[in-house]
Amino acid sequence: MKIGLLINEGPYNHQAADSAWHFARAALAKGHQIQRVFFYNDGVNNATKLTEPPQDDRNIVNRWSKLAEEHGTDLVVCVAAGLRRGLVEDNLAPGFRISGLGQLVEAGIESDRLVVFGD
Amino acid sequence: MTQVAEEIDREADAEAVVKKFMFVNRKAPHGTIYALEGLEVVLISAAFDQDVSLAFLDDGVYQLLKGQETKALQVKNFSPTYRALEGYDVEKLYVERESLEARGIKEEQLLVPVQVVSAKEMTELMEAQDVIVGF
Repeated sequence: MKIGLLINEGPYNHQAADSAWHFARAALAKGHQIQRVFFYNDGVNNATKLTEPPQDDRNIVNRWSKLAEEHGTDLVVCVAAGLRRGLVEDNLAPGFRISGLGQLVEAGIESDRLVVFGD
Repeated sequence: MTQVAEEIDREADAEAVVKKFMFVNRKAPHGTIYALEGLEVVLISAAFDQDVSLAFLDDGVYQLLKGQETKALQVKNFSPTYRALEGYDVEKLYVERESLEARGIKEEQLLVPVQVVSAKEMTELMEAQDVIVGF
């Protein structure tokens, strides 16, 4: 199955970003395809390379980058939501790209399921 | 078929797909950014010629209240945008009756024409969708 993901919450502040990553890994392990992961609202903060959590904590941003590296997962950050929150090309972690909201609608059209992780 | 022709073919196929999108609004218009950024997605989706509808439930029904005044909050009053949705061919607005009643809101206090539906009818509408995005 082709699955699109939408993440609407920031890392560490909310479980949504963790759940989405666990879901993505589980889906890939079952042979499903992740069509795209779209980051919106505070979810754009999952994409900043400036993140530096304490060493005994998980690194949510690096986890996404690794997922993209290993599976070629398309990680898209909304440009408008990013600009509002200071998330621009310069501080983007590896594997992420910035694009428009059309990419979210397209994910809804092209995926068999669009799964939303939010509050 | 050349690669370019295949590409064009695939794009034409993608364009032909019309899915039923429902945007579910559950939060008050101000206090958090969900309603405003949710509305931005609705406007973009209209450009993709999809079958778009909006659902309002819980505190989301406050988004449609007439007479919103945000000057003191120094935030944007985006409520007129709901009136503009018609111009984007987004005309299916469903409001849950139970949510209105729980908050003492009457249909005539809303700033756009809507269809008031019961919670049960709302679940039926949701079941008929291809894509549901909640904010």
